[in-house]
Amino acid sequence: MTKTNVTRRGVLRTGAVAGAGLALPTYLRAAQHEGFTNAPTGDTVTLGFNVPQTGPYADEGADELRAFELAVEHLNGGGDGGMLQTFSEKNLDGTGILGKKVEYVTGDTQTKSDAARASARSMIEKDGAVMISGGSSSGVAVAVQGLCQEAGVIFMAGLTHSNDTTGKDKKANGFRHFFNAYMSAAALAPVLESLYGADRKAYHLTADYTWGWTQQESIQAATEALGWETVENVLTPLAATDFSSYIAPVLQSGADVLVLNHYGGNMVNSLTNAVQFGLREAQANGKDFQIVVPLYSELMARGAGENIAGIPGSQNWDWKLENQLGERYTGTNAFVQSFGEKYGFPPSQAAHTCYAQTLLYADAVTRAGSFNPCAVAEALQDFEFDGLGNGPTTYRGADHQCFKDVVVVRGKENPENEFDLVEIVEVTPADAVTYEPDHPMFSGGSLGSCNPGA
Amino acid sequence: MLGLGRKDFGLLVIVALLTLLAPFILNPFPSDSSLAQFNAGYPDLMQRFVIFGIFAIGFNILFGLTGYLSFGHAAFLGVGSYAAVWMFKLLTMNVIPAIILSVLIAGVFSLLIGYISLRRSGIYFSILTLAFAQMSFALAYSVLTPITNGETGLQIALDDPRILGVSQTADGSIPVTHLFGLEMRATEVVNMGPWQFQFSAGYYLCALLMLIAFYLAIRIFRSPFGMMLRAVKSNQQRLYYTGLNARPYTLAAFVISGMYAGLAGGLLAAMDPLAGAERMQWTASGEVVLMTILGGAGTLIGPVLGAGFIKYFENIFSKINDNVLHGWFAFLPDGIEDALVAVVHPFIGKGWHLTLGLLFVAVVIFLPGGLVEGGQRIARLFRRKPAPDTERAHQHTPAE
Repeated sequence: MTKTNVTRRGVLRTGAVAGAGLALPTYLRAAQHEGFTNAPTGDTVTLGFNVPQTGPYADEGADELRAFELAVEHLNGGGDGGMLQTFSEKNLDGTGILGKKVEYVTGDTQTKSDAARASARSMIEKDGAVMISGGSSSGVAVAVQGLCQEAGVIFMAGLTHSNDTTGKDKKANGFRHFFNAYMSAAALAPVLESLYGADRKAYHLTADYTWGWTQQESIQAATEALGWETVENVLTPLAATDFSSYIAPVLQSGADVLVLNHYGGNMVNSLTNAVQFGLREAQANGKDFQIVVPLYSELMARGAGENIAGIPGSQNWDWKLENQLGERYTGTNAFVQSFGEKYGFPPSQAAHTCYAQTLLYADAVTRAGSFNPCAVAEALQDFEFDGLGNGPTTYRGADHQCFKDVVVVRGKENPENEFDLVEIVEVTPADAVTYEPDHPMFSGGSLGSCNPGA
Repeated sequence: MLGLGRKDFGLLVIVALLTLLAPFILNPFPSDSSLAQFNAGYPDLMQRFVIFGIFAIGFNILFGLTGYLSFGHAAFLGVGSYAAVWMFKLLTMNVIPAIILSVLIAGVFSLLIGYISLRRSGIYFSILTLAFAQMSFALAYSVLTPITNGETGLQIALDDPRILGVSQTADGSIPVTHLFGLEMRATEVVNMGPWQFQFSAGYYLCALLMLIAFYLAIRIFRSPFGMMLRAVKSNQQRLYYTGLNARPYTLAAFVISGMYAGLAGGLLAAMDPLAGAERMQWTASGEVVLMTILGGAGTLIGPVLGAGFIKYFENIFSKINDNVLHGWFAFLPDGIEDALVAVVHPFIGKGWHLTLGLLFVAVVIFLPGGLVEGGQRIARLFRRKPAPDTERAHQHTPAE
């Protein structure tokens, strides 16, 4: 049974609540009708930088964040302007984007798709970000790219190397400047042949997610075309920190090359384990045992220390490019100088691609004359540019992938200082790593149509 | 009313008002002020508040009433998410079938795990549930990759069949989740002077389900069944000696809380159609334990408060960066500004875990009953005479 006591206080309280409830719908409705999500209305525009600050790719994330800060500073007219001076387009004059001062928000992806999407959603819904950039894991990049497509904002992918990002998971609102696994394999294969010959047996350790899968698929296809044999492919969890149990069986497997399809902290740990197990001094099938790391970075080389010496891999960009290979890679020195002045050490390739992406976005908005994602996407499609450190580059419209030269590197035997751990072996021209948009490794997806949201 | 006592009904009404008015309550600062950083009234976070509220309410039915500490509840949440996303992929983007299936699958799954784990109690039960959850995580993360898409997470795609819906919309994009046409991400933005409030369809669906979940939890707490569960908590031996078999009761509580977790998982997927294996990781299971203890285990409202507290820290504090700090302290002289930023730096951004940890320690030491106890102490300060209710509440607890 319910007993109802009517009191003066109770009546007042109920009345106030009911009144507030009734008044609710009469509030002025001022829905936004600029035609796209988060259209900047004031004199500022907000960009969202979503990078891993924790997890196996935290080092890369920290460097990406530095690059984003530098890019924003340059766009707003601060510092020495960096690559704004060498960029082939001269639309950016240090007054922000379209006269609006650039502001930014940051978030932690934790190298987890879920957390990354939550962070990106809060940037879009709470902070009004009109563009999201970052990522350091292809799994995260694919997830956030999907979110940006749904929400109607532009996603400028940072460090993501999986074929899927611009392959089966490509999206109309997503753009990638970084190279991909196929390009790595295509550039690396000839070098591997000249270094280790055409008769090798490879054992793959592969990070168990979209990047690892496509990286392994690509390098396996490229090396088998040389005549190599693939002994085994073992998948390892991304969150793993100790790889001894995966390394132990390698020597008994009959393989004479270990391919580490690992990146960031994974690669640092697995390479260290491999060296501890004596793989570098080992002999197999009458040959010296070799280790290959298809995707490389200065940050990883720094983490792995002297273990990295002599190990070949590929990079999107290297800070020594312009010094060693000349004018073609103009922009490199300008960027290295302003980054070095601000932070005291040279930038990694992750930093470079994020910086370039921010500039490319700003320029595309300026050329389009609008922040509307569809206009920006149109401005970026089949856009040809130069002066961002990679030589002449094209943003292919069919899959939103950049095509440019790929750098093949190896760990230096006798590094002079802690930033000079990697030496450039050769640069593979863009033509040699270009593929058709419907290449089997990239098929199965579709861009869909651009979504301006709202 | 509604079969509830006066006090419980009052609590339900308060919770209902809080959830309905959340877009206002959580956005107290004008959107262009520097304090807007602390606004939590945007759809994603509000949805998380209520969804993890459901998760914690369910967990509390098991932990708060029977005292069985499960360290594997995230597994049910994850299973619910996967079930929901598969529903979106195969059947329709309508959220109703997805939510129903996620609750059912989580129920069956928890029946299985509960049947085995509940053969032991205390620490052994906790370890068993933890083991099962880690097994589920490992399965989802690598072994069952064809079903779960591993670390990348299960997502909907343009070429999914969606028998009762469309594979892709007319303009070639992936359809969005909806409730009979009402899009879950539809948000009405209301500007009132400098304030901006966002009313999201998805949020109100979650809020409605949380209210139903909360109502059911009250009914369970006050039912004879709830009394039996409390008896299990206070002394299971005695229960057995009186000739009662406790296991059916604990199993029922376990399955109910598993279904709550499944509902939460299904809702997460309905708001954002993606399911990742990390939802099943032990850290996620630990999080719901923290939520419940932080808010007040065994209390009705506690877990909801705890869930809100933790999600607020995760989403708001993790986004404060040095740049923001410099903005706050800009009025100070440069040296002091930099020093202050350096002091605060470890506690914000990626250091939010540290802040949360310190607060958790403080709450457990000074308020063993969680945030609810804090609220009661404050209420007692303002009350004219010492409250007789708390004494009465104590009498409810059976003697040890």
